[in-house]
Amino acid sequence: MAYKIVASQCTNCTACEAECPNEAISEGGGTFVIDPAKCTECIGHFDSPQCVAVCPVDDTCVLDPAHPRYRQAS
Amino acid sequence: MDTPVEHEATHVESTVDMDAVMQQMAEHKGCGTSGGNSKPSCGSSAGQGDMPPEIWEKVKNHPCYSEEAHHHYARMHVAVAPACNIQCNYCNRKYDCANESRPGVVSERLTPEQAAKKVVAVASTIPQMTVLGIAGPGDPLANPAKTFKTFELISQTAPDIKLCLSTNGLTLPDHIDEIAKYNVDHVTITINMVDPEVGAQIYPWIFYKHKRYTGVEAAKILSERQLQGLEMLTERGILCKINSVMIPGINDHHLVEVNKAVKSRGAFLHNIMPLISAPEHGTVFGLNGQRGPSAQELKALQDNCEGEMNMMRHCRQCRADAVGLLGEDRSAEFTTDKIMEMEVDYDLSTRQAYQAKVEEERQAKVAARQEELETLAGQTSDIKVLVAVATKGSGLINEHFGHAKEFQIYELSTAGAKFVGHRRVDLYCQGGFGDEDALETVIRAINDCHAVFVAKIGGCPKADLKAQGIDPVDAYAHEYIEKSAIAWFRDYLGKVASGEIVHVVHGDAEIRQGALISVA
Repeated sequence: MAYKIVASQCTNCTACEAECPNEAISEGGGTFVIDPAKCTECIGHFDSPQCVAVCPVDDTCVLDPAHPRYRQAS
Repeated sequence: MDTPVEHEATHVESTVDMDAVMQQMAEHKGCGTSGGNSKPSCGSSAGQGDMPPEIWEKVKNHPCYSEEAHHHYARMHVAVAPACNIQCNYCNRKYDCANESRPGVVSERLTPEQAAKKVVAVASTIPQMTVLGIAGPGDPLANPAKTFKTFELISQTAPDIKLCLSTNGLTLPDHIDEIAKYNVDHVTITINMVDPEVGAQIYPWIFYKHKRYTGVEAAKILSERQLQGLEMLTERGILCKINSVMIPGINDHHLVEVNKAVKSRGAFLHNIMPLISAPEHGTVFGLNGQRGPSAQELKALQDNCEGEMNMMRHCRQCRADAVGLLGEDRSAEFTTDKIMEMEVDYDLSTRQAYQAKVEEERQAKVAARQEELETLAGQTSDIKVLVAVATKGSGLINEHFGHAKEFQIYELSTAGAKFVGHRRVDLYCQGGFGDEDALETVIRAINDCHAVFVAKIGGCPKADLKAQGIDPVDAYAHEYIEKSAIAWFRDYLGKVASGEIVHVVHGDAEIRQGALISVA
């Protein structure tokens, strides 16, 4: 699953945008959004998803069940 | 949070009407002022005090560092740095951060280009604008590209403006070269603890090297990085001020240790601020009922730390996008829409001419104080009293009691008049009608004072103040604060000596929560 940002929780602080190793996060529609096609859940990059780790509001960057779990290319 | 006040912008042309400019300046809401002839109580007094000349040269016109300069000089913050890398229990980014210059509270986020344009527009309109700071609303060094791009653009177009930075210190050691490169000679680090056990009660987590750390481990990393950054800056000759939030029961006693730790590492000024905490801020401390300190608790701690190091007492905990003299906010005059439409001609010579005039006025005030002080020479007394002053700035008693949004507090002794803080009050007089509850609010805020100096005061509040043992003094209207306070104190000592009055010690006072609000 890719991560998604719960728009009602997002404070627009931009912290996640800079931390994303895939440049999957951008500003859109007033808050920040994650492009599910680019999100790798940080697998292969870091131990934990960076957007979740840096976000100042709990439960704002969450797994999006609408997208299949990312698998690292082998 | 601050709202705009009604000042007309002074449009800078090739010739300047200096009287109009001075009038404009006098109308500005100032804040804290200079200390006595003893140790400067914060940053600097009107004179050099005991500061090394090179530091005095750097801070003398800096409104955030010199308690007296901010009567005359203005600062602005640009909100180019929204991201943060730590979580503090006194901050909730979802509802905007309540503490520490209310840094989370901004009206709009700026790009570096917009910020640079805004700085030049403000500096051209307000000739006393000498300082540009980046204080958030997140952490400037968690947004290094935006922060340093802003500094680069400003140093190109407005090279006379001093650049400052306020940081939590977590990534500070990584950015020392850039800070030096852009000639940022003032850095503020917020240090609330040097003991990770204390830190764990203040910081739930930090984000460091791509990982979230929590608890004591997080606080340990943060503390080490803060102190390392401080050492690296002072080694390079970059001035460092330390901000600390006083949180009763958590770090209040510990801040004495923090003071020693930062002093030994070369910090030049320590600013201990009261915790701002209310349930509506949505912060951990706001929700769990953590209280802020009383006025007496704050002053006792500041006095306790005031050894070899200067303590700052005039901090207004302003917003991360504040514009203007401390205690006022003109940010609404300079919204992005408005500045993008402005045609700006940056005129350095006009600014310098204005600032030369300001220096003359400052010297006159210092001379007046010295003269009055000499009349106390030879007198010794253990009596110390606090007095409150209603002022619009320029070091004068020039505000009506009912119009005062805050009172400046001076401690009077035979050593002189020393600025020790300020008390915010709600507007007592609105539309000319006094309100009993509002007067009670004012009295609670200055309950520890023996007198209140005003330009004017109505009959009713006068009687009520007297009943509370606070002498309402309007005999020194529109005169210099310190000169007048010393004259009053000499008289007070005389009356005590003759037995006309008995000196009694006053009780504690309340610190009102929130930033100073200007009402148009």
